[in-house]
Amino acid sequence: MTVSATTARTAAAANPLASVDGLIEGLASVDYIASRRIATALYMAVNLQKPILVEGSAGVGKTELALSTARLLRLPLIRMQCYEGLDESKALYEWKYGKQLLYTQILKDRLGDTLAEANTMDEAMARLHGMGDLFFSEPFLEPRPLMRALNEDAGCVLLIDEIDKSDEAFEAFLLEVLSAYQVSIPELGVITAKTPPFVFLTSNNVRDLGDALKRRCLHLHIPLPDAALEEKIVATRVPDIESRLGKELVAFVQSLRTLDLRKAPSISETVDWARALVLLHASSLDPALVKDTLNVILKFEQDIGAVEPQIVELLQRRPT
Amino acid sequence: MQRQLEEFIRALRAADVRVSPAEAIDAARALTVTGYGDRELFKDALCVSLAKSPDEVARFDQVFETFFTREPLSAGAPPPQSAAREGEAQEGQPPSSEATQGSPLAQMLLSGDAAALAQAMEEAAQRAGVAEIRLSTQRSRMTRRLLEEMGIGEIEQIIAAAKRQAEGRALAERLDERRKGLVAEAQAYVERQHSLYAAGSAKSLREEMLAKKALNADGGIDPVDLAMMQALVKRMAKRLADRYSRRRHIANKGHLDVRKTLRKSMAHGGVPFEIEWKLKKIEKPSIVAICDVSKSVAAAAQFLLTFLYSLNEVVDRLDAFAFSGRLISVNDILDEHGVEAAILKVLTAIGFQQTDYGKALEDFCDEHLDRLDRHTTVIILGDGRSNFAEPRLDLMKQIHDRSRSVIWLNPEPESYWNQGDSVMHRYERFCHVAKHCNTLAQLERIVEDVLRTYVPH
Repeated sequence: MTVSATTARTAAAANPLASVDGLIEGLASVDYIASRRIATALYMAVNLQKPILVEGSAGVGKTELALSTARLLRLPLIRMQCYEGLDESKALYEWKYGKQLLYTQILKDRLGDTLAEANTMDEAMARLHGMGDLFFSEPFLEPRPLMRALNEDAGCVLLIDEIDKSDEAFEAFLLEVLSAYQVSIPELGVITAKTPPFVFLTSNNVRDLGDALKRRCLHLHIPLPDAALEEKIVATRVPDIESRLGKELVAFVQSLRTLDLRKAPSISETVDWARALVLLHASSLDPALVKDTLNVILKFEQDIGAVEPQIVELLQRRPT
Repeated sequence: MQRQLEEFIRALRAADVRVSPAEAIDAARALTVTGYGDRELFKDALCVSLAKSPDEVARFDQVFETFFTREPLSAGAPPPQSAAREGEAQEGQPPSSEATQGSPLAQMLLSGDAAALAQAMEEAAQRAGVAEIRLSTQRSRMTRRLLEEMGIGEIEQIIAAAKRQAEGRALAERLDERRKGLVAEAQAYVERQHSLYAAGSAKSLREEMLAKKALNADGGIDPVDLAMMQALVKRMAKRLADRYSRRRHIANKGHLDVRKTLRKSMAHGGVPFEIEWKLKKIEKPSIVAICDVSKSVAAAAQFLLTFLYSLNEVVDRLDAFAFSGRLISVNDILDEHGVEAAILKVLTAIGFQQTDYGKALEDFCDEHLDRLDRHTTVIILGDGRSNFAEPRLDLMKQIHDRSRSVIWLNPEPESYWNQGDSVMHRYERFCHVAKHCNTLAQLERIVEDVLRTYVPH
């Protein structure tokens, strides 16, 4: 390989953000097959510096999109999992109480010496004021994910996972971070991001998000993929699978999605199933094999019960 | 293009996609990044910045297709064989071009220039303000105005003039044919604009009317409106559920508040003497709802039950009862069945009999009085018409004394209370709130107040 070829390739790889097609290729190079709409959303987010709110049912690759983007841009990924009761002391910062306590102890010991020389109360107060207040200062600050993301010098990918699981109050608190990339700490003032991070929020629609939050984000809904896209995804994620088996498997999963199930299988289940079949050295789908491995794609007893009698029919329905 | 974008956003709003001014600015900024060249990119860029939920994405797609799709006008494109014939005709009749000299529209029509016609129609539509259309009744007037702006008056004059001359007859016929085509196109155009801007607003107008419509109006609710009404009730309940569940979660915090504890400990030399907890207590409302389903409230009963049903999904601790002659608990029915089936079951089980408030209260006090404590809010939905039976005010007093608050919602207006067999005013003494409530909007407001654990005194 010549030197010029290498540089040309790195130049192309270095800036996958230049166009939507570049992004699709770039994501494919880190094993994420993106539809055009996903790539466009990402492209817009980069160019407008806005967070992306990714919605979709469980397992369609919402979190994976953020992970892949971080890999593509070679940026660190800071992940914050939301849950009920998450508050700013866990998301943003916390004071190092233990150290603060030690500091006050030291201060108390030193205080005796310093103030012993003072004759009057006024003089003692003047000395006290002169000592400088370290109690609430950066050294005592314990940064949590949001703060770490703002402090990254080269920027990072910040993934705020399952934002719908958090409380409304926390959502309101996020608004400042998402729109201005800064946070206010009452004791210290405003801390602004060194390089604005690249923010992904994911939501499973457990509850409706507030309009204020939605308005600050680009909205991306990832639907279940069509057969062609899903085949590509399976082929990328499970390279060992034979293409014929991959086709059969995707067709079967696609037909499952048309049934009325409590939880239709999503992409992650398809990929898991493909991996399982590769492990079992299967070369094609037959009813017995499907029956044995059905629990990989269906997560509810009722669903399995409903599908089992139809397996043969579903397998026949697939296109040859 | 800026104007086009504004129009498009207005169309989106009409289709119930909420677009704030800030989002509109974002969309414009997004377009400066993507440009207008690639239709797919253009659409996706607008979609990610404007549509905020899967539902809105679907509506966005629909509006986008209607808005940005311009079918080529067929009025301008003559079928090939007639074009050939036309060529001969034109050769034979040079005066025809003279006759149409004054009207660019007539020339466009005759030459079959579809693109020019489409553009002329767009421009005329802008001048005529077709996009301002609001009501379906405006359609024919808008069509006429659009055609006039395009210069159809001249065409008509030319046709009239041509008809008077023998040699102009062919031209007149040809032009008349084209004119008809043009009118049809204009109608289709206005129709499209109407579906873009007005169809949605008509629906929301209708919903608003429904929310304000009296539940016990003559003949009850129109069956046509029934589905819409039920959707409305469901949406209200969902809204309440959203708000309510969020409040409740705040109370689920019982962590040590380190910051406060440390601050308090300063006074004791750093020894955490007083422990502070992050605690915010919100009392959960517990609700007992008693619903009258007798003949006198027949029209309203269905919706009172629908609301009871929705409420049951929202509030954790809701006990629902229904009565006409006797009183039964309907908790199981509401839990186990879908909304329509549940209402039907309740009505067949107990509905449409003679009301007997005294008997119903007696049943309640005998069997379920222990359900009431000082946290309970009792909601009674009924008209207070007891068919001249003993109203058992003593039992009502007992309920009043045991519970935190009693709210009576009466579908009849206050002027009817105490007329005929109504004993509403006598019951009213034992209610914290007695309100006239016969529209969905009122119902929602009151239930929301209850959820806010508002204690009326």
